[in-house]
Amino acid sequence: MAIDRSINWGYSISRPRAVDMDANDHEAAARLLRKLPELQACIACGCCVATCTAGNLTDFNFRRVHTLVRRGEYKGAYDELNKCMLCGKCRLVCPRGINTRAVVMAVKRILGEY
Amino acid sequence: MRGTGWKEYQKEIADDNYFYVRSCIRQNFFPGSEKAFLSILRSDLGKDVGEDLKHTSCTGIGYHTDIVSLETIMTVVARQFALMTEAGYENLTSSCITSFGIYTEMLETWHEFPETEERTREYLYKATGREFTKPRNVAHTSDVIYKHRERIAAQGKIKLVNSVTGKPLRVVEHIGCHYAKLFPKKGVGGSEFPYVLAGMIESWGGEVTDYPERRHCCGFGFRNYLVQANRGFSIANSQKKLESMSRYKPDFIVTNCPGCAMFLDKWQYTIAEMEGAIYGQDGRGIPVLTYEEMAGLVLGYDPWALGMQMHQVAVEPLLDKLGIEYDPAAKYLGRNGKYLGIPDQGAVNMNCTSQPYMRTL
Repeated sequence: MAIDRSINWGYSISRPRAVDMDANDHEAAARLLRKLPELQACIACGCCVATCTAGNLTDFNFRRVHTLVRRGEYKGAYDELNKCMLCGKCRLVCPRGINTRAVVMAVKRILGEY
Repeated sequence: MRGTGWKEYQKEIADDNYFYVRSCIRQNFFPGSEKAFLSILRSDLGKDVGEDLKHTSCTGIGYHTDIVSLETIMTVVARQFALMTEAGYENLTSSCITSFGIYTEMLETWHEFPETEERTREYLYKATGREFTKPRNVAHTSDVIYKHRERIAAQGKIKLVNSVTGKPLRVVEHIGCHYAKLFPKKGVGGSEFPYVLAGMIESWGGEVTDYPERRHCCGFGFRNYLVQANRGFSIANSQKKLESMSRYKPDFIVTNCPGCAMFLDKWQYTIAEMEGAIYGQDGRGIPVLTYEEMAGLVLGYDPWALGMQMHQVAVEPLLDKLGIEYDPAAKYLGRNGKYLGIPDQGAVNMNCTSQPYMRTL
């Protein structure tokens, strides 16, 4: 059906901010998990964010990006991870011993196309 | 304890002698429903229902948008009770879900804080010279229809089944938030398992259709809608519900709230204009009925006498499914047969109103 763009409604339909797991493509997240299975051990404690040098200077948040990517929300993740300086402090403090630098590089490689 | 839990979710509904208070917005959007309620109660069920022309809005919309104070609305509610007392009734029944929530809230507030009741009685007496007795029973009109659902089924002319296939129609029920989400014990089935509409559908032969967003708000939410810039949030809620339910192929929606019936019906047109999405199995939208309209159809009322020509989503395909005879030419006839004219074509039901609707069954 043709949509009449000339109508000025004064508002538009708000988009939900909830993550729709059924609608998302989980293939890239599954590839990431196959490459770095230790990600399953993440308890989302936030130590990586607390110690992040880039996070102190910008709104970069590694935990948020990781969580969204694991749920199939890839939009903007690549650009966000470009803020990481790969200093590795997060890897030193991770209580689960996750190689967070490898996560950053793997996500960027896998999501380069998104 | 086993097997007795359901008793927690029952409510007392008066059997007869109701004082009826009307809804503000239903008079405009579903004008036949309140008349149908009175007709069903008085003529079909032989019940005594009184009302008073002097009753006013409960001011619930103003209250929920923060422009009417608590003291003011308490006094307005007290005045309605005074009218009921003067008319000699003890059972209040409200046409509007928000009014039902308001009356319940004020009675609960007076119970918990008796000094507010004393103050309200003082305000009312000073302002109007009236006094009141608190109602013995407060029920929403859907509660009343629910209570008499088996009698309506027994007197019914049709059942909610497809007249061609004989299968029960798939009905989506939507309960207004202020029915039981405010005071769960005041609604049949509480807020978790509201049964008031589902009971009617089952008694009248339909099939209650469950879907993931069944208990989601329709999106009215007063200040979400009244400010134009906020309406995107309002319509997003309706869209969420419509998308969720449409996968389960409902034949129609029934609601017990004036706002819900209005929004689930009219937002279908807006969504069709904005995004080109039309819900429903036949690309003509999903009809939205009030419970009085559903009861009226079961009892054999004429759909145009029930005011169903006021719906945004045309109801003719549903009437055909039910096998109800109607006069297409009489759809837009007003009082004394005066022709009112055909409204402009709406995107959501273009197959029904752009030309006289042709029956396809």
